[in-house]
Amino acid sequence: MASTAPTRKAMTGKAVTRAPRDTAHEGFLGHRRGRWAKVAGTISIVALLAYLLTDATPRPNGGTWLGYTLGSIGAGMIVWLSLLGVRKRVIGSKPFSLKGWTSAHVYLGLSLIVIGTLHTGFQLGWNVHTLAWALMMIVILSGLWGISLYATLPEKLSANRGEVTQQQMLEAVRTLDRQLDLAAQPLGADDAALVRMSLEECRIAGSLGQRLSGNYHRDGNARALAAIGDKVMAAMRSGRADERLQQIQFLLERKEAALAQARRHIAMKARLELWLYVHVPVTIALLAALFAHVLSVFLYW
Amino acid sequence: MTAYRIAIVGSGPAGLSAAAHAARLGLSHVLIEKTDHLSDTIYKYQKGKHVMATPSQLVLRSPLDFEAGKREVVLGTWNDQTAAAGVNVKHHAEVKSIVGTGPAIDGSVMKIVTRKRDGSSETRELQRHAPPYRLTLTNGEEIIADTVILAIGTQGNPNLMTCPGGNLPHVQYQLDDPTEYTDEHIFVIGGGDAGIENALGLCADPAQNNSVTLVNRSADFATAKDANVKALLAARDAGRISIMTETTTKAIEPGFITLDTRDGEVRARCDRIIARMGSAPPRGFVEGCGIEFASSDRLAFPKLSATFESTAPGIYVVGALAGYPLIKHCMNQGHDVVEFINGNLDLKPADEPILEAKFAGLPGGRSVADWLEYLRSNVSILQGMSALQMREFMLDSSVKRYAAGDVVFERNAPGSSLFGIADGQVLVEVNPTDPGITVPINAGTIFGEVGLISGRRRGATIRAGSDCILVEISRNAALKLMSQVPSAAREITRITTERSLLQIFKSGLAPADLVDVIAQAKVESIRAGQAIIKEGEAGDDIFIIRSGSMVVEKSIGGKPVFLSYVPAGSFVGEMAVIDGSLRSATVRAAVKSDVIRLAGESFRALLAAKPQLLDKLRGEMANRTRLNNYIESKKDSFSGVVDMYTGVANFLVDQGVGEATDVLLIDEKLCVGCDNCEKACADTHDGLSRLDREAGRTYAHLHVPTSCRHCEHPHCMADCPPNAIHRGPTGEVYIDDTCIGCGNCQRNCPYGVIRMDKVPPKKPWLLSWFLFGNGPGPGEPSHKWAKKADPAYAEKAKKAIKCDMCSGQDGGPACVRACPTGAAIRVSPEQFLSVALMGREGQ
Repeated sequence: MASTAPTRKAMTGKAVTRAPRDTAHEGFLGHRRGRWAKVAGTISIVALLAYLLTDATPRPNGGTWLGYTLGSIGAGMIVWLSLLGVRKRVIGSKPFSLKGWTSAHVYLGLSLIVIGTLHTGFQLGWNVHTLAWALMMIVILSGLWGISLYATLPEKLSANRGEVTQQQMLEAVRTLDRQLDLAAQPLGADDAALVRMSLEECRIAGSLGQRLSGNYHRDGNARALAAIGDKVMAAMRSGRADERLQQIQFLLERKEAALAQARRHIAMKARLELWLYVHVPVTIALLAALFAHVLSVFLYW
Repeated sequence: MTAYRIAIVGSGPAGLSAAAHAARLGLSHVLIEKTDHLSDTIYKYQKGKHVMATPSQLVLRSPLDFEAGKREVVLGTWNDQTAAAGVNVKHHAEVKSIVGTGPAIDGSVMKIVTRKRDGSSETRELQRHAPPYRLTLTNGEEIIADTVILAIGTQGNPNLMTCPGGNLPHVQYQLDDPTEYTDEHIFVIGGGDAGIENALGLCADPAQNNSVTLVNRSADFATAKDANVKALLAARDAGRISIMTETTTKAIEPGFITLDTRDGEVRARCDRIIARMGSAPPRGFVEGCGIEFASSDRLAFPKLSATFESTAPGIYVVGALAGYPLIKHCMNQGHDVVEFINGNLDLKPADEPILEAKFAGLPGGRSVADWLEYLRSNVSILQGMSALQMREFMLDSSVKRYAAGDVVFERNAPGSSLFGIADGQVLVEVNPTDPGITVPINAGTIFGEVGLISGRRRGATIRAGSDCILVEISRNAALKLMSQVPSAAREITRITTERSLLQIFKSGLAPADLVDVIAQAKVESIRAGQAIIKEGEAGDDIFIIRSGSMVVEKSIGGKPVFLSYVPAGSFVGEMAVIDGSLRSATVRAAVKSDVIRLAGESFRALLAAKPQLLDKLRGEMANRTRLNNYIESKKDSFSGVVDMYTGVANFLVDQGVGEATDVLLIDEKLCVGCDNCEKACADTHDGLSRLDREAGRTYAHLHVPTSCRHCEHPHCMADCPPNAIHRGPTGEVYIDDTCIGCGNCQRNCPYGVIRMDKVPPKKPWLLSWFLFGNGPGPGEPSHKWAKKADPAYAEKAKKAIKCDMCSGQDGGPACVRACPTGAAIRVSPEQFLSVALMGREGQ
C-alpha cells in the first residue's frame, strides 16, 4: 500500500518490550528438553570413540596428543564448573539462567568421569596426578549425592512445613513456652521443676549427636513429658485426676509436636546443604591438586 | 458577640498557613481549633515520624516554614511561628453549624440527599443566606465572620460512645503513647485495625502490667488486616490479652464497665476505655453549610471556583477537604485563599511554573490559562470541568505535540492512561500484520480507554495521522474526572463499549453496524464468585469482560471441573447465540469484574448481517468445544489428574491470581530453600528484598510466595497522597522516589507484598567478602550491620518498597534468573492457567 511506512518514532523497542524470560516450567535436570544431557553425552561418546580408535604407542597415557587434548578439555571444564559458585552470587542485570548453569554443571560434570578417566589412560598410582583424578571423582560422587537429595527432599520439605515458615515454627515453640510458664505458676515445686526442665533444658536443634542421630529422647521436653505423663496416669489411677497437670501434659505434647516439625525441617534443610560441605572444599583441593599436576607435568615430564 | 473578617476552621497545614498570612496582612481573623493543640492530624502521628515535603519542585509560599523532618521539629516550628505572627487562636472550639445571617439568596437552594443503610434516601432543602456567617460552637458560643475558610481535612470525627457514662474522662478516642500506662485495666472498644494496634501496643511489654481486653461487636474481625488479626490471636494465645467478641458496651462508671455479651451482662473493673469505632466523614457537616459536592460519589470533593470559593458565597474550602492531601499544597492554598479574600484576584497559583513547564514545548505561545481553556473547549470529555478542576487535572496529565507518523503507543504495550485529541487526527492500526490498514480517530474525542478500564495491554498501535496535540490523562486523573463530571463518565462508557466490540470482534465491523447492539448493551458489575452464565440454563446474551476476569467451569460427574480462565478483553456466551442450545458451562467472576451484557437478539441480527463475524465466532466455538471434549475425555481416564487441575486452578484464583498480570510461583517439588531468589532480589534492588519466599499459601506443592502480582487495577494505587505509584512501560507497578512513607499502599495491598523499610548502605565488593569476609555477603544485610556501617542509617526515613518486575534489567526478573533448580517462574495467569497445567499435574 502506498500510504504505509510513515517514519516511526518514539515508544519503539526496548522501552515497551519486556525483557525475554524463561517461563518454561521445567526443572534443572530437564532444562531445555535435556540440552546439556545431550551435549555431555555427545562429548563422552566422541571421547570414548577417539580413545578406542586411536592406536597409542607404547600405551595410552596423558602424554599422547589425545591425552593432552582430553587433559586440556578436562582441566578447562573443571575450572569452568567451579565458577558456578561465583555465578550464583553475582546477579547483575544481564540475562542468564542459573538453572541453565546448574543443568550444564550437572551433565558436563558427569561427562568428566569419562574424559578424566580416559585422560589417565588407566595409569593410576600413588602420585599427585592420581590424587587429582581421585579428588575429581570424590567431587563428582558428592555431586551425585546432591542431585539425589535435590530430587527427593524438596517435596518432603514442602509437605512437612505446609504453609508454615521456619520463623513461625520457632515462634510456635516460644509461644508454647510462654503458655507453659503461665500454666506452671500454681504448681508445686516438684512439678514446676519438670516444667522448668522443658523450658530450660530443651534445645530446638539439639546437640550435634542428636542432630545426626535424629534421636531426641534425652531432650528436656521429652523427659518432662514422660515424667508428667507418669504423674498424670498415677493421679488418674488413684481416682484424683489433676486438671492442672493434664493441662501441662497437653501443652508439653503440643510442644513436642512443634519441636518435631521444626527439627524435621531443620534436618532436611541441613541435609540439602550438608553435601556441599564435601563438594565445595574437595573442589578447592581438586583445583590445587590440578595446578600441582599441570605444573609438575610441564616441569618434570 | 465578636465579628471577624475571616474565620478559619481547622488548624492543619492549610488553616494554620491561612491564619498566619491573615495575621501578617493585618486582617481581623480567628483560627478555630477543636483540640488544645495545633494541627491535630500531624500531632497524632507517632513520635519521631519523618514528615515528607513533596512535591519537591513546588515552591512554598506560606508564611510558615516547612521542610521534611521529624514530626516534633515540624510542629515546633509551626507553633513558634504561629505565636510570633500573632495569630488569634481559639482552642477547644468545635464548630457545630455555619449559617448565613444576611438576606436569603434568591434561587440558591441546596438539595441535601442523605442515604440510609437500607438503601432509601431522604432529600432536604436548604435555603442559602448571604454573609456574614454565624458559626455556632458546640459549647453554645457564637462567632460572626464575613468569610469562612474551611480547612477541616477529611479525618472527620471519631464515632463516640453513646452508652451512659460515655462522656466520662477515662473514655478516650486516641492512644498517643501506649507505654504511658502501667498497672491498669484497659478496655479497647472496636476490632478494626486501629483498635487492634492500640490493644497490642498496650500489652506489648509485660513489664507495664496492664490487663488489656479488646471488645468487638461482631464475631470476627472482618475489617482488620489479616496480619493484625493473627497478631491479636497470638497475643491472646500467649495470655497477654483477652478478647470479647459479640459484645457491646452497656454502661460506663468510674472504675467499672458493664458489657452486653452473648451469654448475658458482665461488669468488670476498668480504669481506662479506648474507643476506636471508626469515624464519620465530615461530609454531612460540610453540606449543612450549603456547600455542594461534585457528585454523590463517596470520594467526591466540594465544587469550588478558581479562588477556592464553594457554592456558598464567602465560604472557601482548602486543604485535604478540597482534594489536596499533601502538606505543601495545603500550606500554599492557605496563603492563596487569604490573598483572594483580600482582593488579590490576579495571584497566580503556586503550581503555575509546573503547568508552564508542561506547556513549554508546544507551538502557539499561549499562556497557561489559555492552554487550559483550549484543551477544555476542544476535548469533549473535559467540557464539564471548572477552571480550578482543569488546573488540578492538568497536574496529573501531560500534553504533547506529535508530528504526523509518530507512534503514540504500540500494540501490547502496557498502559492505563487515556488520550484526548485536542487537535489533529490519529490512526489506529487495526491489523497487526499490516500497519497499512488504519482507522482514523478525529479531534475532540478520546482513545486508549481500554487500557484505562481493564488495565490490560494496548490492543492496537496508534500513530499520529497528522500533526496533532494530544493530552495524556493518567488513570487517577481519568477516574477523578469520571467521578466529578457525570457527562464525561457516560461518554467514556459509551466509547469503551463501542471500541471493545470493534476490537474484539474485528471482522470488518464499523461503528455504524453496532448502533443497535450498543443501544441495548448494559454495563454490569459482578462481584467475585458470582456467575454470569449458569450451565444448563437458557439464555443467549453475550458478555464482554471489561475488567477483572472469569473462570469457566463444567460439572462433570457431579463435580465442577475447571475448563479455562478468561481475562478481561475477551467474550463468553457465544455458543448459545450460534446454535441456540442451553448454556454448556458456568462462567463466574474470579475477582470483582465489570462486564458488558449484549442482548442475544440484537447480536443475532448483527450476525445475520455480517457472515464474517459468524465465521469468526464459529471458529472460537470450535476451539472451546475441543477443549471441553479434551478435558472430558481426560476425566474419564485420569479423573485424579483433572481433579488436581481443577484444585490448582481454584487455589490460584482464590489467591487473587485472577486480578494479577504477572505472578511469581514456586514449584516446591524443585525448591531447595536456598533463598537465592531473595538474595538476588536484594542485590539488584538497593539491598532490599521485595519477596518473601517462605511466606504465602501452598497447594499441591505449588507455592504462591509473598510477592507482587502487578494487579490489573492495583489496590496500592488507590490512596497514594503524592501519586507515587505508577504502571511502568513494561507492565510493572512501581513506586517512584516521591514516596512519602505514609504506608497507605502497604495497608491497602490485600496480599501483603509491600514493606516499609529504609535503604541500607552499600555493601563492600563481593570479592572482598569472599576473600576477606568484609561486609554481610550476598542478599539483604541485617539492620544491625546497616546501623554499624552507616551512622546516619537509624535516622533515615522508611519508604514503601515493592517488586518492580526488574524493569530496566535486560535479564528479566532476578528471582527467576537466580533460581538454580527452576523452581521459580514468573508468568501471567492466562499463560499458566491453561491445559499445559494439566500436563504438569499428570506427571
